[in-house]
Amino acid sequence: MKTLTVREALREAMLEEMHRDQNVILLGEEVAEYNGAYKVSQGLLDEFGAERVIDTPITEMGFAGLGVGAAFNGLKPIVEFMTFNFSMQAIDQIVNSAAKTLYMAGGQMGCPMVFRGPNGAAARVAAQHSQCYASWYAHCPGLKVVAPYSAADAKGLLKAAIRDPNPVVFLENEIMYGASFELPDDKDFVLPIGKAHIEREGKDVTITAFSICVRHALEAAEMLAKEGIEAEVINLRSLRPFDADTVLASVRKTNRIVSVEEGWPFAGIGAEIAAQVNEKAFDFLDAPVTRVTGEDVPMPYAANLETLYLPSAEKVYKAAKAVCYK
Amino acid sequence: MQKSATLSFEKADLLKLYQDMLLMRRFEERASQLYGMGLIGGFCHLYIGQEAVVTGIQAVQESQDTVITAYRDHAHMLACGMDPRGVMAELTGRIGGYSKGKGGSMHMFSREKNFYGGHGIVGAQVPIGTGMALAHKYKKDNGVCLTYFGDGAANQGQVYESFNMAKLWGLPVLYIIENNGYSMGTAVNRHSCTENFYMRGEGFGIPGKLVNGMDVLAVREAAAEALDYVRANQAPMILEVETYRYRGHSMSDPAKYRTKEEVDDYKTNRDPILKFKGALMNEYNFTEDDFKPAEDFVKQEIKETIEFAQSSPEPDASELYTDVYVEEGAQ
Repeated sequence: MKTLTVREALREAMLEEMHRDQNVILLGEEVAEYNGAYKVSQGLLDEFGAERVIDTPITEMGFAGLGVGAAFNGLKPIVEFMTFNFSMQAIDQIVNSAAKTLYMAGGQMGCPMVFRGPNGAAARVAAQHSQCYASWYAHCPGLKVVAPYSAADAKGLLKAAIRDPNPVVFLENEIMYGASFELPDDKDFVLPIGKAHIEREGKDVTITAFSICVRHALEAAEMLAKEGIEAEVINLRSLRPFDADTVLASVRKTNRIVSVEEGWPFAGIGAEIAAQVNEKAFDFLDAPVTRVTGEDVPMPYAANLETLYLPSAEKVYKAAKAVCYK
Repeated sequence: MQKSATLSFEKADLLKLYQDMLLMRRFEERASQLYGMGLIGGFCHLYIGQEAVVTGIQAVQESQDTVITAYRDHAHMLACGMDPRGVMAELTGRIGGYSKGKGGSMHMFSREKNFYGGHGIVGAQVPIGTGMALAHKYKKDNGVCLTYFGDGAANQGQVYESFNMAKLWGLPVLYIIENNGYSMGTAVNRHSCTENFYMRGEGFGIPGKLVNGMDVLAVREAAAEALDYVRANQAPMILEVETYRYRGHSMSDPAKYRTKEEVDDYKTNRDPILKFKGALMNEYNFTEDDFKPAEDFVKQEIKETIEFAQSSPEPDASELYTDVYVEEGAQ
């Protein structure tokens, strides 16, 4: 085992996969000479040269589409969005061109590539730079959508995403970039896309979360444990394919579930989980499926309002207590 | 400058151009009929009138080159050597179609024939084609991506994002603007502040050329020069081809935004197939008999195409759920 930050783990995943496969290239704003707006691609230009690590103009729709074309013609591009907020400029290329081509081509050709970058709220960057795209992209068949929490998640899932023959949307989190975690010291450490991970076992209530919200969920579980409530914390890791089996098995055990996400509640990941639990584990529920989400407003700038907007360990703790009727 | 394509004026090669255009014309006419009979559904955009454009250009592409276009795409597929049976069967939504009936008129592909779609979103194929050119350069395969779009798409922002990157990075892409005078129902002078689309690359340092798209030999010559330029310089170029579509934008468009006289003038005086046939007879001493093998071939090919497109079964219900993801190689 070794200890890395999430940022270093992402970098190491790209470094190893670019050594492994000559057709993997990285493109995006500031990825090369600047070494990445958030330093995720530190040193990759020196390692692989300007042919494979490409600084793009600020032209999201253009370079996302260009990545799709490069994938059609034999390369395996990693397209970095400086943040996923800017991917809205490119969403037609991600959904209409990348996700749907395999189906529209009757399986003849697909689009093996990765769209990655930080997603969700950073700190104090307000409405246009603080949005979670998990449910937007998870909505679309043809895409795989992954959201790592730890450094191990980051490395194992990014390597899997790069090797995957399908387009993968890889949602990182800026606040988590500096967090350190232990992970296996192994070049072939890959985590399967589509499998959730039980971070903490418990029998009283299930808490599902992804990305930074896993941290809130684990903190809430600590608080609950002090009161004798054993929470099972599931790190979803992958939103599409969604590991319903792991979530449903947990609900059948605990009979209660709280879903946590930063995105808006309406038609969010929690709404989907509620629907699936309702359809497949209705008889096991002892309390309504409950959601902790970002508030249903654009992200405010003011520090106090931002705190009110975001999910937190405290909010998760309260929701878990409520479904346990305690 | 490297001169890769030698323009042939051999009788067989000239006849092939005629035969290709005739096949496209008959194919589209029959597609129109099948649409009327309810055998083809949804959107169906016909190429009738524009045949000289893709015929002239594809006649001089090299085998490693790739092609991408928007949704007025049936003729591009035929020009790439795709089987008309598979194209028509896709229009009728049958399993024998290039996309097993799951793509339809606007979304068809053939990796084998280097045809990369068939895209339904106006302008989206332009950055994709530019990215295919990036892959040609990366792989050093001496290929060019021929990226087709219309005068309507020429006003999409992503076209200029693509121009910028193509020139900045020296990508081997030939942008072909098929200017048929109308962006759906809006005439060029109502949708574009400047109408010289071949000059749209000037601010990017991308050279452009204008050619008469109703003259297949003129198109072929201009395309050969343009492809030579792109290949030799590893740099983009724009070829604007002035052409005209006889039918509406799609099957549901009665085309009331233009006069009957305008359409008739093109059909009578500038039709690419009639004009070419006349030129072959007047300037190359062809006789009616010379055309007969080509006309017979097209007739038979279309007959078999129609039969196939109607007899190929609909896709099995299980096909609904296949081809969403590539399973092989997934971790």
